[in-house]
Amino acid sequence: MKSAVIVFPGSNCDHDMLRALTLMGHRAEFVWHKTGNLSGYDLAALPGGFSYGDYLRAGAIARFSAIMKAVADFAAKGKPVLGVCNGFQVLTEAGLLPGALLRNQNLRFICRPVYLRAENLRTRFTQAIPPGTALKIPIAHGEGRFHIDPQGLKQLQDREQIVFRYANARGETDPGANPNGSLDHIAGIINREGNVLGMMPHPERAMEAILGSEDGRRIFESLVA
Amino acid sequence: MHQPPVTLTLALQHGLSEEEFERIQKILGRTPNFTELGIFSVMWSEHCSYKNSIAELKKLPRSGGRLLVSAGEENAGLVDIGGGLAVCFKIESHNHPSAVEPYQGAATGVGGIMRDIFTMGARPIAALNSLRFGRLENARNRYLFDGVVRGIADYGNCLGVPTVAGEVYFEDCYDGNPLVNAMTVGIVAQRQTASAIAKGDGNPVFIIGSRTGRDGIHGATFASEELSEDSEAKRPNVQVGDPFAEKLLLEATLEMIQAGILVGIQDMGAAGITCSTTEMSAKGGSGMIIDLDKVPVREEGMSAYEIMLSESQERMLAVVKKGCEAEARAICDKWDLLCAEIGRVIAEPLLKVFYRGEQVAEIPPHECVLGGGAPVYHREYRKPAYIDEAQRFDFSTLPAVENLQTAFLKVFSSPNVVSKHWVYEQYDTQVQANTTLLPGGDAAVVRILTPDGKDTNKAIAAKTDCNGRYVYLNPRRGAQIAVVESARNVVATGAQPLAVTNCLNFGNPYKPEMFYLFREAVAGMGEACRALETPVTGGNVSFYNESPENAVYPTPTIGMVGLVEDLAHLTPAYFRQEGDLIYLVGETKAEIGGSEFLKEYYGLVTGDIPSLDLELEKKTQQALLAAIRRGWIRSAHDVSDGGLAAALAECCIINREKPSGATVKVDFGAMRPEWFLFSESQSRFIVSVSAEHRKGLETFFKSQLLPLTYLGAVGGKRLKINEVLDLPLEKLSEIYFETMGRMMETEA
Repeated sequence: MKSAVIVFPGSNCDHDMLRALTLMGHRAEFVWHKTGNLSGYDLAALPGGFSYGDYLRAGAIARFSAIMKAVADFAAKGKPVLGVCNGFQVLTEAGLLPGALLRNQNLRFICRPVYLRAENLRTRFTQAIPPGTALKIPIAHGEGRFHIDPQGLKQLQDREQIVFRYANARGETDPGANPNGSLDHIAGIINREGNVLGMMPHPERAMEAILGSEDGRRIFESLVA
Repeated sequence: MHQPPVTLTLALQHGLSEEEFERIQKILGRTPNFTELGIFSVMWSEHCSYKNSIAELKKLPRSGGRLLVSAGEENAGLVDIGGGLAVCFKIESHNHPSAVEPYQGAATGVGGIMRDIFTMGARPIAALNSLRFGRLENARNRYLFDGVVRGIADYGNCLGVPTVAGEVYFEDCYDGNPLVNAMTVGIVAQRQTASAIAKGDGNPVFIIGSRTGRDGIHGATFASEELSEDSEAKRPNVQVGDPFAEKLLLEATLEMIQAGILVGIQDMGAAGITCSTTEMSAKGGSGMIIDLDKVPVREEGMSAYEIMLSESQERMLAVVKKGCEAEARAICDKWDLLCAEIGRVIAEPLLKVFYRGEQVAEIPPHECVLGGGAPVYHREYRKPAYIDEAQRFDFSTLPAVENLQTAFLKVFSSPNVVSKHWVYEQYDTQVQANTTLLPGGDAAVVRILTPDGKDTNKAIAAKTDCNGRYVYLNPRRGAQIAVVESARNVVATGAQPLAVTNCLNFGNPYKPEMFYLFREAVAGMGEACRALETPVTGGNVSFYNESPENAVYPTPTIGMVGLVEDLAHLTPAYFRQEGDLIYLVGETKAEIGGSEFLKEYYGLVTGDIPSLDLELEKKTQQALLAAIRRGWIRSAHDVSDGGLAAALAECCIINREKPSGATVKVDFGAMRPEWFLFSESQSRFIVSVSAEHRKGLETFFKSQLLPLTYLGAVGGKRLKINEVLDLPLEKLSEIYFETMGRMMETEA
């Protein structure tokens, strides 16, 4: 699989994403946002970080970058797009995913491992996740509280577009396990077509036992399967 | 442009002494003009010149071992870690700015120390900090603490450097005068380091990064005086940080260094263009012609004085190899960074500054800088009377503790002891995906990848440490303890201590009692660093940490860096396995002088501090490291604030998700039980081992003639110590993890 890691000015999980994809056997390359070309790639990954400093609003400026037109075309062809953290924020700002990511409920940046329950195991990003497991994956964000209007939420629920929910170690959702106040405990969603996934937690930081968890691998394994 | 006439009065207002003003006139052979006066005043400020400290600092071990450059030679220390790689690290204070504007003060402190690292060609891989505030019952202190933590978080998180370790202490003496010390560790291929040098007649000089504005003018001078009622009015002296600009600057700087197009590069921190042009020229034995009309400015009508002294952040001064200008511009364009050629290097050792068609300054750079013409003073010192008085304190006069469990809960709830996760969960501790031991244990450990992303099987352990109370009561031994304790923290994770950086936070050096504390602390630090063979790579001195009410405890913060030779040696602080055996390494003496127990239970800061035998300390550390490398040690934790009782509780619950109980029996001997349990005797660790290694460990320590005491076993859901303490883990955990958040969420 040949994968593009898109680099915006201010991206800072780009190297981590490249390493994660490489560990999983991808031929991964950085693609600079000004080039605007994704031809020949099988996956586009939008990494975490602070594109354009997150000034104005996370992802609000990056969505105007030349590469985003290419990402939209890439997604329209049905190719997989993965946005993690800031990448998720950019995808919502660009309209490739519904909803928005607001400041965390406690108005502070939060970095710690959380557990995720995979809600839909039939997506191309989740098919390798064993049913009933809670994935231990870290979060690190200041603006990660997912929000959407009631109608939008109902659509996400009805169409099984909610892919990950924050949960406890046993895989149960409870208010104490929701770190940022996300609506309906939402940690990650997919578009209606099933090829654009956005998630706030960082699977690329959970690839090796020495870093505390290998659960992030399940997501990348799904992709190559 | 109108410039005020330069008089002695004006020089004094610039913080220069009469003697220094005369010296400037002698150097120039004339009276300086206004701009030149400004240049000398910042370069000879304490902050830039180290004029009152350098004579003492030279007594520290500043070279040798694995050091690739001696202290003071470059922006930061450089230490060989094998495989053609080096770690580059330094700590610096931003105390005064943080006292008046906590968020920006702390943020720009982080920005400044990051630039010191990447200007050497190193990519920052870890950030640490060391913070001191007054007690949290005071709303102003909560405001400062909250602002500082947010400032550090927002800057480091955006930059993409994990903030992995640090320390926070709360004491009355830091009321109104918080300490904010920030440290960065970077990694660089030894053949790709850069130097802060200007040489080669005709090589172009570029300014790169943000525009120059009026912010931060005289920040260095502000840092070199005591805080006063007027300090609030100096809020405009505090610079404003832009971490996004810094991220671009970081990437562009590393790209230019790796492209081999630079002669030298230096960041602009204190004293901005003035400091970078003079220091780089002085280092290269050359001069520069600078045209200030070419400096990109943020506002109209700035004077030469203002442009020269501005401390606008996120700027670098680079000397580019002649012929490589286009390549330098292309890299800056790629990163959307401003870059402007503002002058050139000349062979004649003079800094000539032009503005609007006139020469506004002509100064020999060598005369401005530390090691050149900057003044060096040997200050007067006198032992403060309180020290002997405190050391005579008779502990037998203290009423005995009636309920040890109550005493324990009091000590264990101290904000100085409880978990700082409220702080570090606001920091991105894991970006770069290399953090192998997260904050909360003894030291943080970051795995090392080569600059091109290859695995090495090595890791860097790092920790900041200083018990200011100890240094206050016994400056010499207190500073020794700061060194050895930070080394113990690093050793406990499985790392060999390599070298230290220091941040010396003291009061006014012109007061003989203050200078005594400084002099003694530096001497103690030197002795400990020599004993452990961990030379000082450099650092920072911050004097004048005094507010109208009081001076801070002398706080010589140590930033220790160690090397984990094999990732298999990584050792956490917490108990991991039911049935493992618990041992105490080292000897417990009746040493509660200066302890957390004495402060929390009796409200006293007095007595002599714990004794320290440097040879025994080193031997103990090396023995533990050897045991770790043999694979015997399942967990290791340094015994410090709160003594054995607090350390045992921490071993049980630091791993919040999977706590482990323990049942422990100790022999109090003839000692009062509370003295035994809360003693802060040095050179001690708590370790846990599996039963199969019992014999090996015991035999080994016996052969080394080192004390090793069996304490009990890991297991259950309670911590039990003899018949005196029996507490459920949930209760310990609740206190440990919730106290700080509760204190900070208090309103009013």
